[in-house]
Amino acid sequence: MTPHENTVIIDKLVKRFGDFVAVDDVSLTVKRGEIFGFLGPNGAGKSTTIRILCALLAPTSGVATVAGYDVAREPEAVKLHIGYMSQKFSLYDDLTVGENIEFFSGIYGVPRDIRDERRAYALRMAGLEEKEQTKTSLLAGGWKQRLALGCAILHQPPVVFLDEPTSGVDPLARRAFWDLINELSHAGHTVFVTTHYMEEAEYCHRVALMYRGRVISLGTPHDLRKQLRSDTLPEPTMEDVFVSMIEREDAALAGGKS
Amino acid sequence: MISFRRTRAMARKEFLHILRDSRSLYLALMLPVVQLILFGYALSLDVDRIPILLFDQDRSPQSREMLAQFRGSRFFTVLGDIESYQPGEYAITSGTAMAVLVVPRRFGEDLAAGKQVPVQLLLDGSDSNTASIALGYARAMVAGYSNQLRTEYQIRNGAGEIKPPVDPQIRVMFNSELKSKNYIVPGLIAVILMILASMLTSLAIAREWENGTMEELLSTPVRASELALGKLSAYFILGALDTVTIVLAGVYFFGVPLRGSALVLGISAGIFLFGAMSWGLMLSAITRNQLQANQLGLLSSFLPAFLLSGFVYAIDSMPALPRFMTYIVPARYFVAMMKGVFLKGVGMELLWGEGLLLLLYATVVFVILTRKLRQKIA
Repeated sequence: MTPHENTVIIDKLVKRFGDFVAVDDVSLTVKRGEIFGFLGPNGAGKSTTIRILCALLAPTSGVATVAGYDVAREPEAVKLHIGYMSQKFSLYDDLTVGENIEFFSGIYGVPRDIRDERRAYALRMAGLEEKEQTKTSLLAGGWKQRLALGCAILHQPPVVFLDEPTSGVDPLARRAFWDLINELSHAGHTVFVTTHYMEEAEYCHRVALMYRGRVISLGTPHDLRKQLRSDTLPEPTMEDVFVSMIEREDAALAGGKS
Repeated sequence: MISFRRTRAMARKEFLHILRDSRSLYLALMLPVVQLILFGYALSLDVDRIPILLFDQDRSPQSREMLAQFRGSRFFTVLGDIESYQPGEYAITSGTAMAVLVVPRRFGEDLAAGKQVPVQLLLDGSDSNTASIALGYARAMVAGYSNQLRTEYQIRNGAGEIKPPVDPQIRVMFNSELKSKNYIVPGLIAVILMILASMLTSLAIAREWENGTMEELLSTPVRASELALGKLSAYFILGALDTVTIVLAGVYFFGVPLRGSALVLGISAGIFLFGAMSWGLMLSAITRNQLQANQLGLLSSFLPAFLLSGFVYAIDSMPALPRFMTYIVPARYFVAMMKGVFLKGVGMELLWGEGLLLLLYATVVFVILTRKLRQKIA
């Protein structure tokens, strides 16, 4: 793999549920090792896109490849090369930390010779070295999320999908979680993450703003803010960018209709 | 290809769930014993010790002699003697007595004169099954006494003893004492296993959907068949344990004879459990809701297994529609196999047909189950 190879390629992706268009003609590429953020209000189509990329949903039309495999035609291969943390994912509460790791290690088919090493890595990453025997239900939210991430990358997948991984986690734990994401990126994992915390967009290499199923803006956080800079708004935040983009989109939609 | 490692990881995890969930563990280990004791005792279809009142209007040696037969019989329990109809009718209405036997005035006299004498039996018909059995007993007893009198009369008149022209020689095969527990317990094994299997497994997939872990599992390389097999094998261990418990209780506690091979019993129970558990998992996969799956599991296992399996109600005497319905009830085949193995001591040479049908059922349900699991989310 060359350092700048594209690990996620989406081309004219469409997903319809009946009359409702959840994902509307989305095209983008994500490079290896990149932290790619998906921003947008609830119902914008972020989770649907991620689910298609994880081969959990079939696209209506368009093509998406992940780690070189077509999500519609090679779902089995895709699943061997990704790690996924869904919004609701919270591990198995009645199992201990160690048992959860062991289960996912078995499910992902982590080779025997590196299994102990990966287990130790996941424990260290989650900061739970001493808590292997602890029941998962007794862990605080932040630890749970980090353990969940640890379990999702036991098989060292080239691409990791995180759907709102930090929702409902306190700010300090969120910070720690993003340190982990950075670590993964440095280790060569591509991280595809959705969030609705605007300040978290700053930690991404590039972000896509998604609204009503469409990507309405895409670039580095710096570039997006620069576009909006003006005399009245010399230091726009990501939130300013987000709001103005959506307003512009709504205006265009309203204009198109009249 | 099914991966052994993934299947084993799945089975281990599921087994831990079972161990940690004291409620379902309790259900799995206690329910069969409780059901067996409840049904085994309460569901006795033997009719004996029928409570009866005697109304002797004649008080002759003959009437006393006939009534003595009732007093000595294990089929009747004489509650007492009455002097008029009223307390007898009251006892039947209130349910304390099942029958009243009335011997008319001049019974002895008329008998001695060689006349035909009526004897009246009042019966509580609200439990028609027991009533008709009681009727049979009473009729046989009166007939017995009447034959005895006739023989005595003939001997007295020098005609010698004349035997009845046709004498039925009856030999009841397989359950010679006609004890109902002998056929209830083997059938009960089928009913209990069916209920247990579909109740336990009905939660297993719905729980993953409700907790959000199913979506995670679907994003991993684990295949539908591995997921299903893994879960099945964890519950299978529990089901096997239950089977052994119930069989041992049936043989040693209820004294039901196990005449056939334990191996044949084990194999047929294994096939049956596989099908019943796949059924529960399938409901779980379809509803994705623990409550719904559980209720559907109970409804679809208990009623057919109880009513349409031939466990209590003979399939041959059902009306056409329910009789045809029994063909799609797997418990029907398993009940037949259990009765065959326990009471008749037959092996696969006679039971292979039922065995194959059970296997077919299990396979079909398992295939539907994996299809359902393979479906995408949303």
